[in-house]
Amino acid sequence: MNSVSIAVRGIRERRVSSAITIAAVALACSLLMLVWAFKKEAEQSFAGASGGFDGVLGPRGSKLQIVLNALYHLDESPGLMRWSDYEQAKKFPAVEAAYPIAVGDNYRGYRLVGTTPDYLANHSYREGKSFELEGEGALFEEKTLTAVVGSFAAQRLGMDVGDTFHPYHGLVYSEAAKHEEIYTVVGVLKPTGTPADKVIWIPISGIQTMSGHNPAAATDVSAVLIKLKKGANMAGFQLDMLYNKRGDRLTLAWPASRTIIQFFEKISWFDQILQAVAILVAIIAGGSILAILYNAMNERKRDIAVMRALGARKRTVFAISLLEAVGMTAGGVIVGFVFYFGLGSVIAGVVQRETGVALSPFADNAAMLWAPLGMLGIGLLSGILPAIKAYRTDVSRNLI
Amino acid sequence: MSLLSISNLLKRYPSEDGSPTEIVRIPEFALQAGEQVLLQGESGLGKSTLLNLIAGIVKADSGSIELDGVDMASLTESARDAHRAKTLGYVFQNFNLLNAYTCLENVELGMAFGGKTDAGFARQLLERVGLNERIGYRPDQLSQGQKQRVAIARALANRPKLVLADEPTGNLDPSNARVALELIQSLCRENEAALLLVSHDPSLTDRFERSLDLAELNEAEAKGAIA
Repeated sequence: MNSVSIAVRGIRERRVSSAITIAAVALACSLLMLVWAFKKEAEQSFAGASGGFDGVLGPRGSKLQIVLNALYHLDESPGLMRWSDYEQAKKFPAVEAAYPIAVGDNYRGYRLVGTTPDYLANHSYREGKSFELEGEGALFEEKTLTAVVGSFAAQRLGMDVGDTFHPYHGLVYSEAAKHEEIYTVVGVLKPTGTPADKVIWIPISGIQTMSGHNPAAATDVSAVLIKLKKGANMAGFQLDMLYNKRGDRLTLAWPASRTIIQFFEKISWFDQILQAVAILVAIIAGGSILAILYNAMNERKRDIAVMRALGARKRTVFAISLLEAVGMTAGGVIVGFVFYFGLGSVIAGVVQRETGVALSPFADNAAMLWAPLGMLGIGLLSGILPAIKAYRTDVSRNLI
Repeated sequence: MSLLSISNLLKRYPSEDGSPTEIVRIPEFALQAGEQVLLQGESGLGKSTLLNLIAGIVKADSGSIELDGVDMASLTESARDAHRAKTLGYVFQNFNLLNAYTCLENVELGMAFGGKTDAGFARQLLERVGLNERIGYRPDQLSQGQKQRVAIARALANRPKLVLADEPTGNLDPSNARVALELIQSLCRENEAALLLVSHDPSLTDRFERSLDLAELNEAEAKGAIA
């Protein structure tokens, strides 16, 4: 038996109030980590999931809407642009690659994205990472009714090579909006952890000429994804000047990742609310530790006096009381990690389902070190007053 | 050399009007190693204060209390605590067992602050006081007599050189009181510990090698003002 086991016994003795305190600490710790660590991970993952493109050219409109629609396959397209706009963008000397995309149809809620085969064949969605096909699959071919399915969409829809499907009109699935065409799946992509996983890729002509679509728009595209040559940063400014400042028909979202970061910055008020809630819960948890231990000291004066009579030094009973505070906080921090990883995994699952972006609650982040350390600090501070009370317990008065 | 040697011990407490009042004044007292002494006297003679002074729980105003070669009066509070943990065992009238702990843990607590705990020795002591089948029980599951037996085992747990017993039979019926007293005395002998027992019960006199009247030993004029 030592100071640690005596402190643990103290915590167990008041198991209901200790459990409530541990839960409060766990909640505070997990919230702090979610707000800081997970937010950072989300920002980095979203910015990193821009598919290896530097910019997106779209119809005149919101940069954020263009990026969300073209790169993250969220939101609606702000409109259409001409095929010649794509060809012009592609010809700029500083442009390494440009790929047109067209959207407007879905299959059971999973978006169909029309593009050129060279996008999946030649483009690196991350540095050194190219699209790969599962098993014996192949890429779709121009002007055929063939499709390549993203890994997440394939898993959710239960699709594999050789399967066929009818596209449905619009971005929201409606049974009544079925197109006549029948597409055949010729390939399934390996997981990329990017929004490309949750869409079905078809030839761009498929979207442009789908039955029921306006024939006048048969050569139009929704957006052009642009990759600049390395070291051509000035080209970005020049294109920005051309399309956004001088022109009034198209919008260039450049740099694409900056648009997403700006979006996160715009919703930072929400983070601040969460931060305030987390800090408030942390303070409440600290107050709870203080109240529980301080009240317990009133009930335990005789026990402390007995320990002192048995030879416990003042600093020993001080340490025992402090260890109880730190012990409860440490328990809360451990449970907090369980909450964080549990809740983080659920959120990551939802984010991947909705956006295709893979988040990892297990990614290294400094907040996962300082949030627990901060909570331990709060626990330690909260334990000081009760510990002083234990330290000052008058032995002779309390030995009955 | 005596195990316990008290010389010109003086302890004052502030009275109601704030002036210091003598509670304990003992010119000379000595106790040899292994000796068993009864300090007899009615309530209010400063018995508990004297035991607290010897144990180092209360600091003397003047004089010396030499316990096992160390003057308790000259030590710092922390040093007195450490010396108490190694040298003394304490038996209280109200047992003062900790209710959150089992019998075994209460006994282990008696050795926890003086060094390492020895669960084997704690079990031996509980077996010796006849509670080997109650080691996992908590104090509130025991009778008064059983509680005092646990307290006696706890007092011997740190292999003390001196056991202080403050009215150890005061809350027990005559049968349990006899058992408790026999246990304290025999366990002290077996463990070569001296015993200083204070009691108001005059019938205990013939059970001790030496019996002193606390009223004569304590020369403080206001003894009894604070016990």
